[in-house]
Parts: sequence; C-alpha cells; structure tokens
Amino acid sequence: MLEIKNLCYQVTGDEGELDILQDISLTVADHKFVVITGPNGGGKTTLAKAIMGLVQPTAGQILWNGMDLTGMSVTDRARAGVSYGFQQPPRFKGLRVRDLLTLAAGRDGLSKEECCQYLTRVGLCANDYIDREVDASLSGGEVKRIEIATILARNSGLMIFDEPEAGIDLWSFAKLTETFRAIHDQRGATLLVISHQERIIDLADEIIMVSGGRIAEQGPKEEIFPKILANTISGCSYMKEAAAQ
Amino acid sequence: MNQIDEKLLREIADLEGVPQGAYNIRKNGKLEGRSSSAHITIDTKADKPGIDIHIAPGTRHESVHIPVIVTETGLKDLVYNDFFIGADCDVDIIAGCGIHNTGCETAEHDGIHTFYVGKNARVRYVEKHYGEGPGTGKRILNPQTIVYLEEGASIQLETTQIRGVDSTKRETKIVVGKGAEAVITEKLLTHGDQTAESDMEVILDGEGASGRVISRSVAQDASQQVFYPKMTGNAACFGHVQCDSIIMGQAKISSIPAIVANHVDAQLVHEAAIGRIAGDQILKLMTLGLTEAEAEEKILDGFLQ
Repeated sequence: MLEIKNLCYQVTGDEGELDILQDISLTVADHKFVVITGPNGGGKTTLAKAIMGLVQPTAGQILWNGMDLTGMSVTDRARAGVSYGFQQPPRFKGLRVRDLLTLAAGRDGLSKEECCQYLTRVGLCANDYIDREVDASLSGGEVKRIEIATILARNSGLMIFDEPEAGIDLWSFAKLTETFRAIHDQRGATLLVISHQERIIDLADEIIMVSGGRIAEQGPKEEIFPKILANTISGCSYMKEAAAQ
Repeated sequence: MNQIDEKLLREIADLEGVPQGAYNIRKNGKLEGRSSSAHITIDTKADKPGIDIHIAPGTRHESVHIPVIVTETGLKDLVYNDFFIGADCDVDIIAGCGIHNTGCETAEHDGIHTFYVGKNARVRYVEKHYGEGPGTGKRILNPQTIVYLEEGASIQLETTQIRGVDSTKRETKIVVGKGAEAVITEKLLTHGDQTAESDMEVILDGEGASGRVISRSVAQDASQQVFYPKMTGNAACFGHVQCDSIIMGQAKISSIPAIVANHVDAQLVHEAAIGRIAGDQILKLMTLGLTEAEAEEKILDGFLQ
C-alpha cells in the first residue's frame, strides 16, 4: 500500500515562494490501477518524482508498505520496490538496450528471450533493438518505449509511469494499453500512471485529478471520469457551443 | 615468464600464455619468444631495434601477436616494427604494451609501427596500453603508427588505454589510397595527474577513399587530454571525425579536430563534444537500484565499450 500524508513541495522563485504541491494526501491499495490526471503544470510529475525520491518534499510523509520512504535515497527506494518511468527519459551513449534491460532486471545474464518479451510488450521488435545504443539515433517514441520496457524488466511492486503515451505511435499505444491491462489483470503490481489518455484512464480503478498543486478530485473511475469530461467542456465557451450543436 | 608477465599479457592481449599462430613477445627490450608461421615471417631488424613482419599475399584468417611488456624500472625501450602485408590478406594484428613499474624511475616504451598494406587486403589492428605497479616511477607510452593503404585496402585501428599510464603521446598517420578505407577507434581513460595527447592525421589520397575517426575519452581527477584529429581530402572521398569526451573532477580536455579539403568532391565532417555526465543519466540508473557510484561506473563503461 502506498500512503502519502500531507505532502508539500515549495520552491523559491523570483516572485517569492511557490507551492508546487500543497498538502497532498492519498492512499493507493495494493494492485490498484490509479491514473493521475489534470492540467499541465498542476504538480503531477512533481508528485511522482517525490515518491521516487527525485524531488525532496518540504513537508509530509511517503510510506510504501508501511516503510517510511521520505528520507530514503533514490537507490534505496528502488530497492524497496518503487520504480518510475521518466516522462523524458535520458539517452546514453554506448549503453545498449540490452544493457539497460539487464540493469533494470537487476541480474546478469538476462537472456535474449527475456529481453525480447519486455520489448514486445511495448511494441518493439527485439531483433531490431536489442543491440542498439540508447543514444540520439533513436527517436523520442523509441526511447520512451525502451524506458517503459525497463520498468517492466524491473518488475517492482510499485510502477509509476509518467505520461507513457507521450510520443508513442497509435499501434504501439494499443500494445501498451494491453500491457497495462495485463499487469493489472494479473495483479502484478500497483500502477500509478500519469496520463491524459482516455484509453488509459479507462483502465483505471481510481482517478486522481491534480490541479494547482492540490488534489481536486479523487474517486472511482465511474464517478470521476464523467466529471472531468463535463469540466473540460464547461471551461471553454467555444467547446460548449460546439457541444451544443 | 612469471605471474606478473602473464597478468600483463592477459590485460593487453587477452592471452593465456603463448598465443596461437605467429607471435613475437618482447620483454624489457629483449626477445622473450617468437614464432613464425607458414605465411607470416618475423625477422629481427639488422639496423635498429625492432622486427619486420612479412605476411604473404592471400593470407586469410590468421593473426599475429606482438605484445610488449616492461617490468624493469628505469628502462626506456624504443622499437621499430614494420609490417608488410601482401595483397588480398585478411589478418588480425594484436599489439599492446603493459608496464609494471615497481621502482621510482620512469619506465617507458616507444613503439613505432609502420604498415604497408597491399591491394584489397584487410587488417584489423588492436592495441591496448596498460600500466600498473606500486612504484612511484612514471609509466610512459609514446606510440607512433603509420599506415599506407594501397588500392582497395582497409584497416581497422582499435586503440585502448584505460587507466595506469602516466603520460602518453600518440601519433597516428594514415595515407588512404584509391577505394581504400581507414577506421580508427580510440578509447582513453585518464585519471590522477596523467596526461595524454593524440595527434592523428588521415590523408584521403585516392578517389573513393574513406576515413572515419571515432574517439571516446574520459578524463577524471586532474588529468589532461589533448586531441588533434585531422582529416585531409585530396580526392573525391568521404571522411568523418567524431570526438566525444566526458570530463570529470578538475580534468582538462582540448579537442581540436581539423578537416582540410583539397578537392571539390571531398566530403568531410567533424563533430566534437565535451561534457560531464548528465545528472538525469545518473538518476535514471539510480531508479533501477544502482548507487550513484555504480551508476557512474556503468555510464563510463558503456561510453568506452
């Protein structure tokens, strides 16, 4: 179970202190699929990074299966079962796809078949990619899918994905939603996915809407999803007119 | 050969004892062992220190090992090795030098290698430099490599120096004939207060000649590196120079590539980049459970792979 208690994150900018996260509290039960959605700049990525330890909150607490992660390093959180797929994954000159997957799996001698399985689940053909370097020769969508494959190989109890759909083509996206569905159906992990994609939101048990650094809405998909859609239209006069026609 | 010698040979040539095929092992400026084969003959030079290696035309899938080891402190070893590679050969040449310096005096090896590569021959030349030993004496390696490629010939030059060598000044010159190809891959890691300089000149002299330089280096601590790769196109040709360096600590790196075109159809490109390890690379590997130090090591290993 993931528990976040009164999490705050403040930064000091030119115009004084800025609240990126304000008093966020939430609980995610084991093997749930939770989608975090909300407007750009609302604090979603910061929240995800705070769970992984990439951002140090200014107040609050993060617990994973009762273990207090708040003061732990990124490495220790990873070893405790937290994983995070970057929104914009870095590239590595010289490290091959196979190397990254092996590091992610945390053991030497990851077989070609195993690598192949992870890559297939994100819609990549292993033979074409396994020995390629994860450098500038790969497109943004390819790097993103390799990033997701590393999270699959990591096989942690908590998988956080930050906009996994960004930059991915339609065909691979279909494969990706299948993969998320399969993880969820097999109760393989607790999934926390930042997404704006209807088809990913549709897989969720729960939706958390983050806006202005706060949780604006939270609840079962059936309850929250219609609200989000209604809200989208009511916020814009042009769209409201179009909807009326 | 003792255990230290064997370890040095393993480091520089992946050898377990005496190699297969033709070889010449030089230890502390003297001949330690030699074997010629049916197609490859090795002879001592009459006029100066060193050897002549003749590889008969059409020799295929054979290798020559010519490792050098220096274990005597205070020794300065200078050697001239000339390779005469016949037409249509396809051979591997494995060189390299390992220094084990236990004393307080400098141990130095300067190898001057000249290759005459015949028509349509293919050569892969692998050279590893390695230094170790508890002594305070410097470990110095100053190799010179000169290559002449005849029509349609090719050479792959792979040089590696990872740690251990205090000072190195490398000079490489390749003259590439018609339709011939030169590929140089250089890997270098310096640390402490080591210095390394690499001067390279690839002259694309014949029509259809091509040259590629791929240099990857890491400078740690207070070490210093200077690169001067130069590619000259004298005919319709293609040349590419790529220098990538990772800088750490208080190190200094200069990368000064030059491309010179003396022909309207010479296509020459150079790219050079120096930068530190990106923070998000380290963080990404930490999210996979590596410590910061392990992440750094993996990034450097991959970069120099």
